[in-house]
Amino acid sequence: MNATANGHSDHRPSGWRRWLTTTNHKDIGTLYLWFSFVMFMLGGIMALLIRAELFQPGLQFLEPERFNQIVTLHGLIMVFGAIMPAFVGFANWMIPLQIGASDMAFGRLNNWSFWLLIPASLLLITSLFVPGGAAGVGWTLYPPLSVQMGIGMDLTIFAVHILGISSILGSINIITTVLNLRAPGMTMMKIPMFTWTWLITAFLVIAVMPVFAGAVTMILTDRHFGTSFFSAAGGGDPILYQHVFWFFGHPEVYIVILPGFGIISQVVPAFSRKPLFGYTSMVYATGSIAILGFFVWGHHMFTSGMPVTAQLFYMYATMLIAVPTGVKVFNWIATMWRGQLTFETPMLFALGFIFLFVMGGFSGLVLAMTAVDVQMHSTYYVVAHFHYTMVAGALFSAFAAVYFWLPKWTGHMYDEKLAKLHFWLTMIFFNVTFFVQHFLGLAGMPRRIPDYALQFADFNMISSIGAFGLGLSQLLFLYIVIVCIKGGAPAAAKPWDGAEGLEWEVPSPAPHHTWEVQPVVK
Amino acid sequence: MTNRESYYYVPSPSYWPLIGALALLLLASGAVLWINAYTLGPALVAAGFAVLIFMLAGWFRVVIKESEGGLYNKRVDSSFRWAMSWFIFSEVMFFAAFFGALFYARVFSVPDLASVDSQLLWPNFSAIWPNAGPGYKGNFSAMAAMGIPAINTLLLLSSGATLTWAHWGLLQNKRSQLILGLILTIGLGLIFISLQAHEYSHAYAEMNLKLTTGIYGTTFYMLTGFHGLHVTIGVTMLSVILLRVLRGHFKPDHHFAFEAVAWYWHFVDVVWLLLFIVVYWI
Ligand SMILES: [Cu+2]
Repeated sequence: MNATANGHSDHRPSGWRRWLTTTNHKDIGTLYLWFSFVMFMLGGIMALLIRAELFQPGLQFLEPERFNQIVTLHGLIMVFGAIMPAFVGFANWMIPLQIGASDMAFGRLNNWSFWLLIPASLLLITSLFVPGGAAGVGWTLYPPLSVQMGIGMDLTIFAVHILGISSILGSINIITTVLNLRAPGMTMMKIPMFTWTWLITAFLVIAVMPVFAGAVTMILTDRHFGTSFFSAAGGGDPILYQHVFWFFGHPEVYIVILPGFGIISQVVPAFSRKPLFGYTSMVYATGSIAILGFFVWGHHMFTSGMPVTAQLFYMYATMLIAVPTGVKVFNWIATMWRGQLTFETPMLFALGFIFLFVMGGFSGLVLAMTAVDVQMHSTYYVVAHFHYTMVAGALFSAFAAVYFWLPKWTGHMYDEKLAKLHFWLTMIFFNVTFFVQHFLGLAGMPRRIPDYALQFADFNMISSIGAFGLGLSQLLFLYIVIVCIKGGAPAAAKPWDGAEGLEWEVPSPAPHHTWEVQPVVK
Repeated sequence: MTNRESYYYVPSPSYWPLIGALALLLLASGAVLWINAYTLGPALVAAGFAVLIFMLAGWFRVVIKESEGGLYNKRVDSSFRWAMSWFIFSEVMFFAAFFGALFYARVFSVPDLASVDSQLLWPNFSAIWPNAGPGYKGNFSAMAAMGIPAINTLLLLSSGATLTWAHWGLLQNKRSQLILGLILTIGLGLIFISLQAHEYSHAYAEMNLKLTTGIYGTTFYMLTGFHGLHVTIGVTMLSVILLRVLRGHFKPDHHFAFEAVAWYWHFVDVVWLLLFIVVYWI
């Protein structure tokens, strides 16, 4: 049987052309991961600009307008450029390996999903340099401000459209792959958790990204074509935007965390040398989180003027989500219970994730209480809260995934000592940066403002020092990854003795084509 | 082929995705320049559109060749089915955002603007629908449901029937029924589009109903406009299917492209029914 008879072309162009035209899920996964890292660095530099400005009270480095633009781009780039592409990268690499498929369902479409990220990020970055600068409205793009912004806002709108197309096509590909290309015997309730969480995430992406596209389209027509969606004089309402946006925005936070849950659900059993506790409940918990996530968007709008009945509904619905999330956390802990634990770097990041994400979850519960939220809305407490879920949640799980699967991708073991150092530096500096922000928020420091009252000075200085430490520590991560790609101790097909799943049955590094003959799962 | 179960077609490396990304870059940057009155805008949009058409034609050419060349087995076929269903679901959600805006305007924002809270700002404003908002000075008439919209409803419903009739023809290998059904469907779609265009020009010229006519004009034109765009895309896709049929493509047991376009057409049909009820009628 030659390669063509199996439908696989091995006549791939060599050199850089390979990367432009590839239809291979591993190549595309690699592209996604590197793109994500570049965006992570770019968004990180923006974060450091923000923290440099906030190091001391008063205005030092950035004009207030510029500060707002940097805050906006930092958010958009981190969510749509760094976190989401990172998880799509893992999905591309691992889902076909995990379900025993030879590739993703649509190879060319897969490549398109990736390459669409480039125009989108070009538009976003260009917006910094056009007259009036980038959109300085916050990543939520609220009108009326977003209707009044300059040309940078239009670039942002079209960037969002292209990002939307990219992630919708990517998600259609993932859903189709999981539903249609599983190996014989791989029933739905045998799918590894990472794949399960991505299946549900992909559903969320397809359900809400079009709604976001609709929201920014409304801004666009209000800006240029005289429509009145968000204009009270025309019978519209700026609050309408908040509803449409957060109908997308809340499920979006699950889009950036559910794949992380999946990663943790695979790393914890591997280093506890026990099967995942409560697999079925894990699947149902993920599903419930996704479904409930469609009914809680109002908790972002408690201060926008809303009937008390609606506030109560959103408050209780939001708190309800703590139940399935709690199921997950207890399952992870029960998995570790009486396990033979070892603490390699993926496990360290997984434990860091569980500890810090639970804290982010609790501050989320605090914010879910309407009466409390009215005090904390738009303060640094909110900033602290969502960085505990996005950085300690999404980013830590991404690091866990990289260290967990790096041996499979490169065929080498990474430097465990340096990796542990990377973990501890990240863990410590993350908390130095963000823990103090809870206190700043409780004391009333507003977010998205380049200057602050003198009483906030000490905690801001601590936070900025932490941020620079956190940023610099990531250069160590880059170094570890590059060293691991170049060489290192050869990795066995299954470098983690407690790991389970089909991905460990192919050699390390995984060959260009895997599972051309599908395995049979018993 | 050692294992029929395992076989799955994976395409060889392709430049089309890259060209597609370039098309969207040109389109988006051109559109941004155009709406901000830069002279380069229209040219860039035209170039982007040309590249997009080139990409779609080239990419689908490859797909059609592969399909007719027998590279797609049942499993690939069901992949396409899943993908098209989810794509249509994403379209449903896109329309949902605009239906939601209409719902919000009618149930919340317009009544709120007429409530006691807003009396100081907008005295004498009453919450009747159709409404162009308290700041609107002038008169417009609303689009009546009976008349062209009702005729359009009949047209689209019958086009759904003719398309199903064409599908039966395809399933029973009656090619002339298939061709006639497709031509009828495309014809009905074209009449729909021209009636819709006539309705728009009538509204602009004689009813003073414009995109800028407050929230009523906004929701009316955005909802019917996006729908009209989808009908246009649908007619284009049906025409491609017709050309393929004339070239002898599709077999009773192998015609996913036909079905995908039919699903899309029925989806556009259902959206219209909703539009007819909530935009024109009630
Ligand atoms: Cu939320």
